[in-house]
Amino acid sequence: MIVTLAFYAFAAVLIAAAAMVVLARNPVHAVLFLILAFFNAAALFLLAGAEFLAMILVIVYVGAVAVLFLFVVMMLDVNFTELREGFVRYLPIGAVVGIVLAAELLFIASVWSLSAEAPRLLAEPTPPGLDNTTALGRVLYTDYFYLFQASGVILLIAMIGAIVLTLRDRPGVKRQDVGAQTARRPQETLAMVKMRPGSGMIVIPKPETVRGTEREPLSEPTGHGGH
Amino acid sequence: MPAVGLGHYLAVAAILFTLGTVGIFLNRKNVIVILMSVELMLLAVNLNLIAFAAHLGDLTGQIFTMFVLTVAAAEAAIGLAIIVVYFRNRRSIEVDDVRMMRG
Repeated sequence: MIVTLAFYAFAAVLIAAAAMVVLARNPVHAVLFLILAFFNAAALFLLAGAEFLAMILVIVYVGAVAVLFLFVVMMLDVNFTELREGFVRYLPIGAVVGIVLAAELLFIASVWSLSAEAPRLLAEPTPPGLDNTTALGRVLYTDYFYLFQASGVILLIAMIGAIVLTLRDRPGVKRQDVGAQTARRPQETLAMVKMRPGSGMIVIPKPETVRGTEREPLSEPTGHGGH
Repeated sequence: MPAVGLGHYLAVAAILFTLGTVGIFLNRKNVIVILMSVELMLLAVNLNLIAFAAHLGDLTGQIFTMFVLTVAAAEAAIGLAIIVVYFRNRRSIEVDDVRMMRG
């Protein structure tokens, strides 16, 4: 009884939050409603007995993906009122598509039934007496090990791709260039100057050698010994 | 077998998926909200998978949900990176401008 009530409460909040994600004027509010939707979906996962995935949803989605969304929305200085202009214009087509899709799903729901063969065809029956995380781990690291590795590769590629896409060389930023450092020759940077005992020496560096990242070889000391 | 029937979960997931689809159409100009709508649709799919897994007593649905979550996280990261690069180049994130993309 209490589980049914909790299900309806979480489901109602989930759908309301999802509607607000779509309808919110301010994208920051949309992201916050998305976080609320994820929390309620995690609660529904819990009610269905998938504790591990509920925690994954909270940690990965709320902790990483939604915060990434929030970060991008706040970082980009976009005029969001301009982006809302087509909202009323697209409302009819959106409503039509939504109604058609909902009707189709309703048709499926009305004629759908579980096959009598289904209980015999289970690939990984839930082992009795094990908690959800242990059971998942036993299946994931044995039967689905290669897929698990492949998902790791997908994450690695996504990470490299995101870094490659957003990395840029801004002009005027000084950065260590190891190649240029090791390619320097002593005769380009050192100048031997004969000094008389008791005299001083002033070397005025050229302005471009200070500012530019490319270091020009010092040709010769510009200032000679004073006296 | 959960205390709540399978049909209830499927109904919630269907409403969620429809909301995500409508969101794509309503926010045609704002790429960030479109990405969020795609996330909602993936969440509806995950809800379906978990509901069936719980109903049938099969762990495969939960395993598959995990892979869907992985791919969705990767997709969100790449999508947001593309949005950031696009905004740097054009100072706007309007989807209508994307058709002007050229070398």
